[in-house]
Amino acid sequence: MQLKTTILNPIHREMKAKMVDFGGWDMPLHYGSQLDEHHRVRNDAGMFDVSHMLTVELKGESARPFLRRLVANNVDKLVQPGKALYTCMLNPQGGVIDDLIIYFLTESHFRMVVNAGTADKDLAWMQARRDEIDPKLEIVSRRDLAMIAVQGPHARAKVWQVIPGARGETENLKPFQAAIWGEYFIARTGYTGEDGFEITLPSQHAVDFWRALHTAGVTPAGLGARDTLRLEAGMNLYGQDMDESTSPLESGLGWTVDLKSDRDFIGKAALLEHPVTRQLIGLVLTERGILRSHQKVVTSHGEGEITSGGFSPTLIQSIALARLPLEASAGDEVQVVVRDKALQAKTVKYPFVRNGKSLI
Amino acid sequence: MSIPDNLKYTKSHEWIRLEDDGTVTIGITQHAQELLGDMVFVETPEVGRQLRQGEECAVVESVKAAADAYAPISGEVVATNPDLESAPESINQDAYAAWLFKLKPANAADLDGLLDAAGYQKLLESEEDA
Repeated sequence: MQLKTTILNPIHREMKAKMVDFGGWDMPLHYGSQLDEHHRVRNDAGMFDVSHMLTVELKGESARPFLRRLVANNVDKLVQPGKALYTCMLNPQGGVIDDLIIYFLTESHFRMVVNAGTADKDLAWMQARRDEIDPKLEIVSRRDLAMIAVQGPHARAKVWQVIPGARGETENLKPFQAAIWGEYFIARTGYTGEDGFEITLPSQHAVDFWRALHTAGVTPAGLGARDTLRLEAGMNLYGQDMDESTSPLESGLGWTVDLKSDRDFIGKAALLEHPVTRQLIGLVLTERGILRSHQKVVTSHGEGEITSGGFSPTLIQSIALARLPLEASAGDEVQVVVRDKALQAKTVKYPFVRNGKSLI
Repeated sequence: MSIPDNLKYTKSHEWIRLEDDGTVTIGITQHAQELLGDMVFVETPEVGRQLRQGEECAVVESVKAAADAYAPISGEVVATNPDLESAPESINQDAYAAWLFKLKPANAADLDGLLDAAGYQKLLESEEDA
C-alpha cells in the first residue's frame, strides 16, 4: 500500500529523519536521537509535524446542538471564541471512537482536530449522525491544511521570533485557547506537558514556516519523542490506552465526561448502566528493566495490563500507564511480568512530568 | 555502513570476535543499533551459563523496542560487559566496542559457520530489497 505523506515529507528526509509507517502515514520517528529530541522539548523548544491529524470544520446553525449529542464533554463550556475543549466521541456502547479537540469560533462555526488513524471512520460516523439531526450542517474535511506543534519552555518565544506580528494576538492566550492571525490558527495546546503552540496553516506555507522555525533554533522532533513526552505527561494515546472497547471512565478520562447535565450524548446511557471496575493508573518500575504495553500486572486486587510503557528520559527510569482493578490505589506495590520475570513496580498518580519537573 | 573485516556475523545481527585466548566476544552490529535507536537497557546472561547456538541470551532495549540477542555459537559465558548497566548508550556510540558478553566456545570450528564481512554485507543488501 502506498503510504500517505504530509507536505513536509521531503523536508523530513532532507533533515535525515528515520521514517516509519505510522497508521498508513510515512512519518519521522526521529532525526538522529529520540532522547536528544525529548530533552530539547523539555528544556528548550522542539517541533513536530502533526499534519497527518485532520482538521474538520463544522458549519451551520445546528453545530452546537449536533456537538451536544456527538461528544461526551459538554460543548456548552465553550462560550468564548477560540476556546478549546478536549473530549471523547463515543459509540452507543460507551466505547471511545476517538479523542479530539473542539474549538469554538462562532455560533455557526466549530473546528475539530481528530486523530490520523481514525479520521475516515470519524468522518463517516459524524456524517451519519449529522444526517439524523440536520442534513444541512456542513462537515468539511481540511486536508489542505498543515499542522506544526512547537513545544517547550521557549517554544512561544521562538514562534514570535518567526512571526512577530502574531505576538499581540497570541501573547495573552491561556492554555486551551486559540487565536487566528492571518492564515495561521494558533492554539496554546500540545501533547508534551510543556508550554507551546499547535499551529495550523495552509499547506503551501508549511515548508517555509518549518525552515524559519529551524533557523530560529527549534529542533525537529519525531514520533518517538512525541510518545515519550506524552507518556511522561500522562496523556492517552488513542488505540493504545483506549479504543472502541474501553470506556473513557476506565481510561483516566472521567474528567472529560459530562454526566452532570441532562444532555443526552451518544454513549451516555451505556456509561450510566455499566459499573466502572477498572482504572488507568501510573506505574513506576522500581528495578532495572523497561515496561512495555500489554505486559501483565499482578496486584493484590487482581490482574491488569500495561496500556503504554517505556523509558522516561526525564526520570531516567521506566514508567507506564496500566489498566488495573478499581481497588488499586497510588502507592501499591505490584508486579509486572516482563518476559520470564516478575519485576517490582509501584502505582502512582500521573502525570509523571509537567513543565520539565518530576511530579512523582 | 561500518562492517569491520576482522569480525564474524550472524543473520540476527550479532558480531563475533575471536580473541587470542580462544574465547569469543559478542555484540550487536552497527546496523542493529541504528534500527533500534537510543539504547536504554541491556540485560546480559549470567557468567557460567551454558548456551546452545541460537539460544536467546541477552536483551537490548531501546526507547523504541526490546530486541533479543542470540548465542552465535554454543559455549560457556565467561564474562559480561559491566559498563552496559549504567551506560547502555555506549552501544549507540560504538557498537563494535560496546560488547555484550564473552563465550568460551564448546567447539571452535562452529565459528566457520558464521558470516564474514562480505556475507553480512550481502545479507543487509538483501534485507533492504525485501
